[in-house]
Amino acid sequence: MIAFAALLERLALTPGRLAKIALLRRFFETEPDPDRGIGLAALTGELAFSAAKPGLIRALAESRTDPVLFAWSYDYVGDLAETVALMWPERRVNLPPPLLADVVAALAATPKADLPDLVATWLDASPVPVRLAILKLITGALRVGASVRLAKIALAELSGGSVAADDIEEVWHGLSPPYEALFAWLEGRGPRPDPADAPVFRPPMLAHPLEAADLASLDFGRFVAEWKWDGIRVQLVSTPGGRRLYSRGAEDISAAFPEIVERMSFDAVLDGELLVLRDGVVAPFAELQQRLNRKSPTARMMAEYPVQVRLYDILFERGEDLRVLPFSERRARLERFHDRETPSGLDLSELIDSPDLATLSLLRDGARAASIEGLMLKRRDSPYVPGRPKGLWWKWKRDPLSVDAVLMYAQRGHGRRSSYYSDYTFGLWRETEAGGEELVPVGKAYSGFTDAELVVLDRWIRNHTTKRFGPVREVEHDPQVGIVLEIAFDAAQRSTRHKSGVAMRFPRVGRLRLDKKPQDADRLETLLRGIV
Amino acid sequence: MPHPETWLQVRPEGLWCEPGGFFVDPVEPVQRAVITHAHADHARPGHGAVLASAETLAIMEVRMGEGRAGRARQAPNWGEVLTLGDVKLWLQPAGHVLGSAQVAIEHRGSRVVVSGDYKRVADPTCLPFEPIPCDVFVTEATFGLPVFRHPDPAAEIRTLLDSVALFPTRTHVVGCYALGKCQRLIRLIREAGWDGPLYLHGALLPVCRAYEAMGVPLGDLRPATASAKAELAGAIVLAPPSAIADRWARRLADPVVCLASGWMRVRQRAKAKGIELPLVISDHADWDELCATMTDVDAPEIWVTHGREEALIHAAAAQGRIGRPLRLIGYGDEEEGEGAPLVPEPVTGP
Repeated sequence: MIAFAALLERLALTPGRLAKIALLRRFFETEPDPDRGIGLAALTGELAFSAAKPGLIRALAESRTDPVLFAWSYDYVGDLAETVALMWPERRVNLPPPLLADVVAALAATPKADLPDLVATWLDASPVPVRLAILKLITGALRVGASVRLAKIALAELSGGSVAADDIEEVWHGLSPPYEALFAWLEGRGPRPDPADAPVFRPPMLAHPLEAADLASLDFGRFVAEWKWDGIRVQLVSTPGGRRLYSRGAEDISAAFPEIVERMSFDAVLDGELLVLRDGVVAPFAELQQRLNRKSPTARMMAEYPVQVRLYDILFERGEDLRVLPFSERRARLERFHDRETPSGLDLSELIDSPDLATLSLLRDGARAASIEGLMLKRRDSPYVPGRPKGLWWKWKRDPLSVDAVLMYAQRGHGRRSSYYSDYTFGLWRETEAGGEELVPVGKAYSGFTDAELVVLDRWIRNHTTKRFGPVREVEHDPQVGIVLEIAFDAAQRSTRHKSGVAMRFPRVGRLRLDKKPQDADRLETLLRGIV
Repeated sequence: MPHPETWLQVRPEGLWCEPGGFFVDPVEPVQRAVITHAHADHARPGHGAVLASAETLAIMEVRMGEGRAGRARQAPNWGEVLTLGDVKLWLQPAGHVLGSAQVAIEHRGSRVVVSGDYKRVADPTCLPFEPIPCDVFVTEATFGLPVFRHPDPAAEIRTLLDSVALFPTRTHVVGCYALGKCQRLIRLIREAGWDGPLYLHGALLPVCRAYEAMGVPLGDLRPATASAKAELAGAIVLAPPSAIADRWARRLADPVVCLASGWMRVRQRAKAKGIELPLVISDHADWDELCATMTDVDAPEIWVTHGREEALIHAAAAQGRIGRPLRLIGYGDEEEGEGAPLVPEPVTGP
């Protein structure tokens, strides 16, 4: 458990993606079975313990420590498990720290009444990081600073290039801890694990953004177009082995959308967009967000935010892999499937056939509903290729909306950007009750600027700081002195949760408007008027 | 036998010994000062006469400039008993940094020991703390909570070197205070078998040179500022805590930001400071050392100068001792270098 605890500690503090992969890979390389597999399960959230409640930990602490000192320490550290891990009195015991696999096995087998003594024995035998990992594990509060995808990329590296992360994806949901067959496959000691009928996730095909330069060389006659809806991309997997709804990132979100899973009484793997839909009208993304924030919805939530899936593609039908077929044939199969099954709550994405550039440009620019992001262009002959192959699928987002806003606050970034002020809060003008003018914050942007612009902004912020609130700097922003940022964004929606009454979707810095003074920036009313 | 509280008192300038006519670690310029160690919050410039260990005086000169470490300077040998006014006084090693001393003061049959800052674990750069039985023990309490237990520093250094091996193209930049922590880290890294070059921020070099002149060899040290980015890939760079995540660090190759400090025991503190690799290495006594030292000196009274005094006073009571806070103002968080003046880095190279 020592290596696992050390890994958790470093992942929690490491900002870089590559560094996280290196840490994970080393763990998988150096830890023996079954500990590394149990560790993998813990990292990917497959081990959901709530064997112990915080009350148990508190009671343990009180039995071993001075209550006054415990209270002061807890007050200082602010986290119960960490406080106990740190102040647990050291005893000289002749035991090594427990193995992760043993801890997990014992937790499953131990009656609740015996748990405190067992945990105390472990804590006595362990150094601080291991104590913390044990306490976090048994209370189900193991927050890992790495995504499941990163773990799979690290696993793929174990194979020395013969297995890709996407290959692991295709068997993943048919596996179970401690994954010994998976490790054997990756290390060339065993065959590829056969997922058989299990409802496994298939890595999705993604589109390239279409730039102006690509436009000229595109042969539109070979493409079909579809609306690009602003929901979340999902995969519906229904096999004799079970039903799952997956997000684009392979996360199992079945529990959050039970009404979709209930309707999946077919044998197929489908690709589509999850949307909140009322009377055929797609609601803005913010409404879907209400559902995404919940692990499992209440009946009221389900009624208030009714979800459906708009189908884009079919990957498997009755066990037959259709991904090698060209898009046009898959589309025909999808339409036949839909006619035959008439599944409720699943509709077909509308196709715009044989488009020409003029028609498409018109459509794209005319689409102003907040729920449409733009257009998708798919080549008729494209097979379904996992990842982001070039030239087959394009996403052609409509031109972003933009406002000129004033920089108000700045904060340092993370990782590579930790020495730069790279997170910006910006505001627009509005009239105060007293009849004056004030800036009201409307959003935050972390991207969109070039490295050169970042250097300019960073220097300006350091030289024009007026106040500091912990890591946040307030910068000068009066009508004459300040920085104007052109903010690009995809949509604006009314929001009661923001002081300004408006929430922007994906705001980013379009460019610096050093030619403008803050008094020339836009007003809040301008943004509000633009809301459809 | 007069109680020590009648002859050792807190004044705005610091701890005042009236029958001896001196202050201990005064925070403002005074006529006569006894200085426990050369950290900036204990050793201030501008005093008349200064009494301290020879090493402390030498380091004060390096940090403050020649002649600013007191107009008259006196450096007794360890344990050499002096008479000042109506008190006897001597210095004993405190184990905090090179030259750090406890001040033992006797007056009419009672003995007070002022610990200054101290630690009990072995440190290859300074003499170990020697407990002196006394009637009143004046202690620090920087890490005066039971959550602060410093692990074996050699294990922390192994963690660092292990990370260097795992990320061979990145620079490991370790934040450390210029006096004491820096040199101890270098010795610990050397003892772990790393004898290649170590790169230093310019603010750290002068004290390192002073340590070497006083017999603490530190090996191949190079200025980080003068080194090319490519040379710093895979290197270990030491820098003041204020520099590790700021503009200065941009010259480094994809740095792993490390900080060597007792505060790094608490994960949230590391996270809030953006530290990727915390190293729990401290030059202050941890909770267990603070408690054990009260027993070792067996003083019926414990006066707590700075840090988390309430918890240590609570622990003193549990040992059957009287504890009280001294509420001295001006001793800061030397561990992290916050608030302490840093020597500006000399401009060299691009």
